[in-house]
Amino acid sequence: MTAAPPTNRIGLSLNDYKGAPSTLCDGCGHDAITAQIIKAFYELGTEPHMVAKLSGIGCSSKTPAYFLNRSHGFNSVHGRMPSVATGVSMANHNLTMIGVSGDGDTASIGLGQFCHLVRRNVPMIYIVENNGVYGLTKGQFSATADLGSKAKSGVLNELPPIDLCGLAIELGCSFVGRSFAGDPKQLVALLKAAGSHRGTAVIDVISPCVTFNNHEGSTKSYKYAKEMETPLHELGYVPFFEQISVDYEPGSVQEVEMHDGSKIRLKKTERDYDPTDEINAVVTIKKAHANKEFLTGLLYINETKEDFITIMNVGDAPLATLPESVTRPPKSALDHIMAELM
Amino acid sequence: MNTLAEGSKEKLEQGRVVNDFSIQIATVNGSGSQSSNSVLMRSIFQMGIPVSGKNLFPSNIAGLPTWFTIRVNKDGYIARKAETEILIAMNPQTAIEDVKGLSSGAVCISPVELRLEAIRTDVLHYQVPFSELAAKASENMKLRKLLTNMLYVGIVAELLNIEHAQIENSIGKQFEGKTKAIDLNLNAVKIGREWAKENLKKQDPYSVEPMNKTQGKIIIDGNAATALGSLFAGVTVVTWYPITPSSSVCEQLIDYLKAHRVDKESGKASFAVIQAEDELAAIGMALGAGWAGARAMTSTSGPGISLMAEFTGYGYFTEIPVVIFDVQRVGPSTGLPTRTSQADLISAHTLSHGDTKHIVLLPGSVAECYEMAGEAFELAEKFQTPVFVLTDLDLGMNNWMSDPFAYPTKPISRGKVMTAEDINKAGTFERYRDVDGDGIPYRTLPGTDHPQAAYFTRGSGHNEKAGYSEKPEDYLYLMDRLERKYQTARNFVPVPAVSIDKDAKIGVIAFGSSDFAVQESRDQLKVANIATSYLRVKALPFTADLRKFVESHDHVYVVEQNRDAQMRDLIRLELPDMAMKIRSVKHYDGLPIDARFVTDAIMEQER
Repeated sequence: MTAAPPTNRIGLSLNDYKGAPSTLCDGCGHDAITAQIIKAFYELGTEPHMVAKLSGIGCSSKTPAYFLNRSHGFNSVHGRMPSVATGVSMANHNLTMIGVSGDGDTASIGLGQFCHLVRRNVPMIYIVENNGVYGLTKGQFSATADLGSKAKSGVLNELPPIDLCGLAIELGCSFVGRSFAGDPKQLVALLKAAGSHRGTAVIDVISPCVTFNNHEGSTKSYKYAKEMETPLHELGYVPFFEQISVDYEPGSVQEVEMHDGSKIRLKKTERDYDPTDEINAVVTIKKAHANKEFLTGLLYINETKEDFITIMNVGDAPLATLPESVTRPPKSALDHIMAELM
Repeated sequence: MNTLAEGSKEKLEQGRVVNDFSIQIATVNGSGSQSSNSVLMRSIFQMGIPVSGKNLFPSNIAGLPTWFTIRVNKDGYIARKAETEILIAMNPQTAIEDVKGLSSGAVCISPVELRLEAIRTDVLHYQVPFSELAAKASENMKLRKLLTNMLYVGIVAELLNIEHAQIENSIGKQFEGKTKAIDLNLNAVKIGREWAKENLKKQDPYSVEPMNKTQGKIIIDGNAATALGSLFAGVTVVTWYPITPSSSVCEQLIDYLKAHRVDKESGKASFAVIQAEDELAAIGMALGAGWAGARAMTSTSGPGISLMAEFTGYGYFTEIPVVIFDVQRVGPSTGLPTRTSQADLISAHTLSHGDTKHIVLLPGSVAECYEMAGEAFELAEKFQTPVFVLTDLDLGMNNWMSDPFAYPTKPISRGKVMTAEDINKAGTFERYRDVDGDGIPYRTLPGTDHPQAAYFTRGSGHNEKAGYSEKPEDYLYLMDRLERKYQTARNFVPVPAVSIDKDAKIGVIAFGSSDFAVQESRDQLKVANIATSYLRVKALPFTADLRKFVESHDHVYVVEQNRDAQMRDLIRLELPDMAMKIRSVKHYDGLPIDARFVTDAIMEQER
């Protein structure tokens, strides 16, 4: 007799958060991210049926099929997941939305929609699985590839990269993180914190493409990222339903309280980085580019910004569930309108 | 200050022309003439006389020519009429061309300094010192310009014998609550009227006399009617990107929603309207909302339709309800953005790559804009698919007389949506299985609390369980089921309006706003001893009525407003065995089709 698997606070096991087997290449960074998404939702104890998973097109966008089988999924068209997410959010704001996109899907074809999603502050976790290449079409450079980065064929990238984190902050994004598929501990903490955030939470995750961009000369390879990763802080997340108090040396930890009462704990490294300082976040990202640094962690957070649901002033009951008595005005309303037109 | 046109004496002697003429007002856009034109039209309407108004305007905000036509017709014909009986030539830029376009014996009211009498001596000129009169109306230079428009209202009112009480009513309605504006405008009308009384000798035959043909009728534009239909259909998510001529659908809908769909106690809205960053996003948002269970719509025009192609195909293939309103304008490309057309028919019907066919509704009046908006939401949810409603600029942006709209009689139906309880009862849920044999599968909404409720929506190949599949048999099952679903729709879309003349050997088929011209043309043809039957298509796919109609006539004319005879071609594809019986009448210069054009085109082919 085998022991029953451990369960989370709503009585579900890790298996209940899994999806179909992945069809991506062995060792793909995306699969490592998928594993952390499963873990994050399991540990948060989110009800799977209250999650909507969305994606665009590309290798990364296939991954919502590989987690949360009990959640509705929407694999949309290339670069257009943000608009779908905006509509879903309007129809049912009780859903937790997680979107998975890639660097091609977000930084090229979908850049416009990405910008407007962030600008509206649509509440969702928006993950960019960033490998600097188009995997599904066999290795063309994407718009996040670093200047001078080498393709598998030996061609050098001649255009500067779009930094999606820097761009997101510029657009007023209220939660911006960067991580690495090979740093599960940091990634799962960031994902959980993003889940507690009310607004768009952008997480740019360097996720090496083992087939087309994992060679010498690539700045998105496992080797390069492992060697270069510099965490801005040690990231911890304490959900609202857990009361853990750990004693830290005074001044060594910054705590950010989220809307739902959860807390992000940022333990300082040699850097003294305050993620609530927008200007400093921008400067830090710019400097990192100049110094060829790969900084990870919570780059920016603003828990005071209104999300799109609040701005749109919809009621507590999701629009999708409103009965006819609410959505169809009475006959007297039509009679009144007609009389005015006579 | 009037010069007598040659021949007008005879016309006068022939007798008066009452309640049957067109007035064309030529102004510069941005000059504020719109309110004056509305007041003039409404005043005649309130005298009980059928009227229709058309605004012919440029794609520009200020400084370019614009024309407003008011057709007054005792018989209730409200289509465009090509000839103008009374021209009000206020625009110096176009005055010469405008006068040249008149037929002999027509009336021209113009500012005296334009000296138009020299251009056409066979036209009856009433020349008015507008600047002098405007100076009397106000000391403010800026106001003078605006009030000049009310001066011509007064002059026309005097010449045509429009009741002053109705002008007062209309001005009151136009400037609701703004006492100062009402007084200023009324005063300008009076100045115009009095000047005309003292200085113009009536020499034209045109006048109005009260009738009782507009009592209980409303005046509304098609876009407002579409907005009202959506409001009462219980729309919850509206997404749009501004584009002429569809913008006023959502703009007016926003006003109606704010007035009728905000909870008085909580102040919360039972709707969301999102002005998207482009049409790609507008349709994406609407699809996302439809997928998650909202009643979702977007409205656009030609270029927007092109941009929405990919997502519309997605909606068809993954079976998501959404309503797309297309207020057609002239294409291709930017085309003539402020002119009317029916040329999106085939592109909307088959929008997107691959084998796609969409349900298309074709309202032919403002009342149908209202009704079909409601029907479109029902069909979209019943069939879980994008549904198009094609109106056009003429119908959408012009003012039309109509009977008041009826309150919906049927409750809102959300189609085959399974709840957790339904899944328990059925024991199973497979998203893309044809359980009922009608091609329409069952769906669940995100948030349904059942371990089997979730499914994965994908634009790639999928099997009955919504799993990824490239298997030939899965693809065939899916495509054939979608076809079956489309065939089922034939029994649920609005049936055509059919009017049979038992003496008729020939039939006329039309759709949308061509209806006004066709109705009038049939009467003209009858006078010329050509009896016609008439079928007005209200939807794609066609219903069985079409075959019956074509079968029972020697041949039929398909009247439409596009170059390629798109409806004719669709009918030929539908009825290949009778393809040779199907002839075409096409009008595609950007102006609304008129009855005389239809009559002439049919008579030419009947010769």
